[in-house]
Amino acid sequence: MHNPQLNKHGELQHLLTLDGLPRDVIASILDHAAPFTEVAEREVKKLPLLRGKSIFNLFFENSTRTRTTFEIAAKRLSADVVNLNVSTSSTSKGESLLDTVDNLCAMQADMFVVRHAASGAPVLIAQHLQANGREHIHVVNAGDGRHAHPTQGLLDMYTIRHYKGDFGNLTVAIVGDVLHSRVARSQIAALTALGVPEIRVIGPKTLFPTGIDKMGVRVFHDMREGLRGVDVVMMLRLQNERMNGALLPTPQEFFKVWGLTAEKLALAKPDAIVMHPGPLNRGIEIDSSVADGAQAVILPQVTFGIAVRMAVMSMLAGQ
Amino acid sequence: MQFDAEALCLQLAGQIRPHLKPSTVLIGIRTGGLWLAERLHELLGIQPSPGAIDTSFYRDDYGAKGLHAHPQRTEIPFSIENSHVILVDDVLYTGRTTRAALNEIFDFGRPACVELAVLVDRGGRELPVAARYCALTLPEPLPSTQTLQLERAADGVLDLRLIDA
Repeated sequence: MHNPQLNKHGELQHLLTLDGLPRDVIASILDHAAPFTEVAEREVKKLPLLRGKSIFNLFFENSTRTRTTFEIAAKRLSADVVNLNVSTSSTSKGESLLDTVDNLCAMQADMFVVRHAASGAPVLIAQHLQANGREHIHVVNAGDGRHAHPTQGLLDMYTIRHYKGDFGNLTVAIVGDVLHSRVARSQIAALTALGVPEIRVIGPKTLFPTGIDKMGVRVFHDMREGLRGVDVVMMLRLQNERMNGALLPTPQEFFKVWGLTAEKLALAKPDAIVMHPGPLNRGIEIDSSVADGAQAVILPQVTFGIAVRMAVMSMLAGQ
Repeated sequence: MQFDAEALCLQLAGQIRPHLKPSTVLIGIRTGGLWLAERLHELLGIQPSPGAIDTSFYRDDYGAKGLHAHPQRTEIPFSIENSHVILVDDVLYTGRTTRAALNEIFDFGRPACVELAVLVDRGGRELPVAARYCALTLPEPLPSTQTLQLERAADGVLDLRLIDA
């Protein structure tokens, strides 16, 4: 089946999801990201690769970390970055998504970085560009609804590889609100593609999507049992903004049962790392002593995120 | 065409030796230039160890060819501010790699001067670039169908190979 993210030579044209992306493409992005990490240590933190390219950050949903790291990544590649904030854009005056895109194309856009509350919005944009003979314009999904957040998944893989070296012997636990989490879906797709032998998901039944057992993961509803012997703990944020209905009693109750505390983390391997995509809800999904503890790699994740996004953008724009 | 890369290496070190300064540092262009820089470092006893440059992010053919398939790290573990930089490459051809490396070096600071050292000048320049130190200049430029490249055996012995495309 044709993968809409790849061009006819099998090279990355858009980055929309990690689901179905070949292992060698994912590994190649991680390999490309490594030399970009060094740029942060230079006197001039800039590379000339995307000089003269215009990148539009289209954020239809709030974000600080992702938008900022995309912006820094693009600027370190010397691209011109335009941030469109939905609350001040024409969308609030009733313009449709594709009309917005067409107008930005008329301003010679080279790449769109898209975040949208609706799953599939970046795919829609990519198809629209294709249908209108604008295949030279690239789309990067920066998080769509509950669907995917591929660059987050990639930076998580980069982080794991940085600390653990290899994926072949790892047990990785993903903990919390999987139901609303595009991050979890991207993580599971990437971990599976990279050959992690055991992926566990831990959380309450009300926060798991139906069919989770078909995603190639081991399901745990007991956090202590699930954390036993794992190498990597990937916490998820409790997504209150996406919840409608009574999925949870109270945040305090959630923390008591599903929050990551030092006592629960002690069940994992002694050298286990703790990851979190941010923003942190301290005292809800993670205790401060763990978030600030020696095993946490949450801030390195952010730093690696810049290099991974530089790699993705320079691979796309070079096609 | 036969080359004795080891002999050329000694010759290059001999050319550089009289011009060494206390502030001299070596920077090798990956991969062949770095091997050569490591060898010169041993032969000339220069401190610190050579820096390594990968020019993938500075190449002028990115727009046409895209990102290099296997970019590696640029590692310059010393300050180049006010230093005497000897940029080392195995083969000097169009001069485009040298141009890219020069641009990259200046993103690390302002050296007092930069000189270029190469094992072989194969001709075919497309930019105004010349080597200060060069062990061998070919009498006639090589045709573009041929590639001249440095190889390093497991025991560290250097070899120059001429490959027909």
